[in-house]
Amino acid sequence: MISESSFNGKFKAGVSTPQEFARRLSCTRRDFLRGATGIALGSALSSASPFVRGATATKRRKVIVVTFGGGARDQETFAPEGQENIPHLLHELIPQSSFFTQVVNQGILGHYVATASLATGVYETINNFSAVPPEHPTVFEYFRKDLRRPSSDAWVVAPSNGFNRIGESDYRSYGPGMGARVVLPKHLLTAAMSGTTTDYEHLLRDNYETPLYAPQLAGNEFELEQMETILKLSVDDFRAHALTVSSPDELSMFIARRLMQQEAPSLLWITMHDIDIAHAGAYSLYIEGIRRTDRLCAELWKAVQTEPEYAGNTTLFVLPDFGRDSDQDAGGNGFQHHRTGDPASRTTWMMALGAGVRQGVVYDQPMQSTDLVPTLGAMMGFSPSLAQGRPIKELI
Amino acid sequence: MLPRDLKAEQFAGYPPQARNLVVAHLDALQQLPLSFLPSLLREVIDYDFKFPAERNAIDIELANLSSLSPAQASDWFQAFSQFSLSPALEHFDWVNQPAQFVEQLSAYLWTTHQLDGFRKAALVYGDRLHSVVPPDAIPVRRLGIAVIGQGVTTYDAQLFRNLRPHGAYFAHVKPDNGLQLLLNAVAARAKAHPVPYGHWYIDGGQQADHDPSLTCVSYQALEPVRAALLRKIQADLQRPGMGPEELRTHLARLVPADLGMDEAGDAVLSRFQIKLLTEASGTQIFSTTFAQWAAREALRRAQSLTLLVRFAPRQRQKPMNELLSNSQGNVELDLTGSLVDADMGAYYNWLNQQRLQVADQSAFLVWFEGHSQALVIGPSIPRGTESTTAADLGELIALAAT
Repeated sequence: MISESSFNGKFKAGVSTPQEFARRLSCTRRDFLRGATGIALGSALSSASPFVRGATATKRRKVIVVTFGGGARDQETFAPEGQENIPHLLHELIPQSSFFTQVVNQGILGHYVATASLATGVYETINNFSAVPPEHPTVFEYFRKDLRRPSSDAWVVAPSNGFNRIGESDYRSYGPGMGARVVLPKHLLTAAMSGTTTDYEHLLRDNYETPLYAPQLAGNEFELEQMETILKLSVDDFRAHALTVSSPDELSMFIARRLMQQEAPSLLWITMHDIDIAHAGAYSLYIEGIRRTDRLCAELWKAVQTEPEYAGNTTLFVLPDFGRDSDQDAGGNGFQHHRTGDPASRTTWMMALGAGVRQGVVYDQPMQSTDLVPTLGAMMGFSPSLAQGRPIKELI
Repeated sequence: MLPRDLKAEQFAGYPPQARNLVVAHLDALQQLPLSFLPSLLREVIDYDFKFPAERNAIDIELANLSSLSPAQASDWFQAFSQFSLSPALEHFDWVNQPAQFVEQLSAYLWTTHQLDGFRKAALVYGDRLHSVVPPDAIPVRRLGIAVIGQGVTTYDAQLFRNLRPHGAYFAHVKPDNGLQLLLNAVAARAKAHPVPYGHWYIDGGQQADHDPSLTCVSYQALEPVRAALLRKIQADLQRPGMGPEELRTHLARLVPADLGMDEAGDAVLSRFQIKLLTEASGTQIFSTTFAQWAAREALRRAQSLTLLVRFAPRQRQKPMNELLSNSQGNVELDLTGSLVDADMGAYYNWLNQQRLQVADQSAFLVWFEGHSQALVIGPSIPRGTESTTAADLGELIALAAT
């Protein structure tokens, strides 16, 4: 039998007191990053960006936006206990980045509608689970119309059927034919495996919010027969490659790299989604998703450096569409969902790196998810007149 | 229709006890705003199949509402009265389908950016209700136990990371006969403090022999029910017009008999188990998710006094479509992943236990099954500490109870 007195002399000092633990959790992302990487506080620097203006520079500029798919919380990423899951972001990308610690999403926390909001600069209210276009013009429409760019210059690579309408709105004076081409790699794979007996089913899950349901496609999505003409990729080669990847996001990244090589779009949007396996409630799979996404982001940035069309003139944005529920909110179930609308699920981050972006700087003033499109407009020279956000002055 | 128009006969479709309850409090319900009342009715309509703790909570809430004067009711629900609702919601049959109404209300609040305000109003209401109704005393200190890592032979990473700041870590536990000692301890508590649905044993795999005084739920025992559910889902998905909302609505209407459960059994427990599978995400396919969610719901709904949760290995991640089609094949297990899941699940079990009354007196124990690592949390246990004491699981339970 253990008596209380047996504790005497047998307990040693703990790893932290509850007070220390609470204080640690209350630290901001800025503090975490400053401690982990030694990067500077943005407010101590000039607010002006070193971005080079001018028609020539604008014309050549490439922008890639990656949504850090499915949303991840601080305690699994930027907090001290989570940093082991994002070694590539932390040690390779953030030192090259301007990092924004408070990106607030005040919209609906469903992945399709939130991504649509990121792409329009307006908090969209469309049905998250239907294949419907955004109600407001997308960044792709502004970009193509204002800069008179062809459809080959704006692409979206997205994870599930539900995203097939993300490329363009149905807004009058914009809309059909004015937006981005959309590639759904899993949809392509479904078509590619048609008639075969090979087991590709591990890549065909539509999404994790509604794993049982996949909306019918209807839109401007990329079809199988175009793979050979545009991506210079045979169906057999595509199938063969699919057997070598471990997740849908890896397949998406493969397609994105082919696009960069063959089409070199100036505006490329990649939506990652593996992390959202969290909805199944298995913490280890959620962590695996974060680590994979971290690795894929770094691989993408390395690919940018090796592609002649992109090296030296590309700005990469990485941001989650939103977070996930806090452990402390009784209305949720922690990491599993993003349903409560609590601050943890609404507050996330953004990093920008590459051409024209100051390196190794942290900005902790709040910004909105809807600020992305106006910022891209200011950087690339188009006018997102219907977007509700404001350009981020530190990037323009 | 609005609440002020409610009539007793409109509740004819409710089960007997629920109907009687509503009719007895009809005057109070007529004073409530539409943004609030269906949420209450969603609970009341299932009154006949709820745990005693839930019934008690409903009784208390209705009694409080009936005690309010019109002026007081107006004050209590002023915030809820401010929300604008759509005509479609006002015309919805929220009396007979309150759960579906609440789903649509939630979507509407998100769309109209009223959700944050609603959330705040709900929290204020909950706090106010708790402040006027003192919690009942509980007969024994609440105890939670999590057994994690079944089948794992070695694991080098740190366990119990989230729980360590709150209790004492033991690195020299004597694992012999550990599960039996734990089952004996919870059975002893159940016999000493017999409370209906008060003492639980949840197993993420096949349940071990246990005392009948324990309320037991296991993933293995529900396998036929899970298979029947997946077949129903697959069939539903083939029907025209079936979308995610429609599917969820359909699942919410399922009763135990729809999935082949014995109608002569414990109706309250059967309904509980059905809801674990139809209202949650992942419980149908991952045993670790099932165990964690079942524990959460046992704590939230039954307010268990004793809860022993044994996590078992879940199947290795396979494609969702394959899993949901229940196709045959060798089921591979992910032992290490399951340990990581369960380690987090144990933390969530403790968090959910701490949300219940008299939390400062509750105790918790988590043990790496078959191994020498455990952690104990209790009112007398120094926090954030480590012990080199060699102890068996029976001794650790006794320690937690001090």
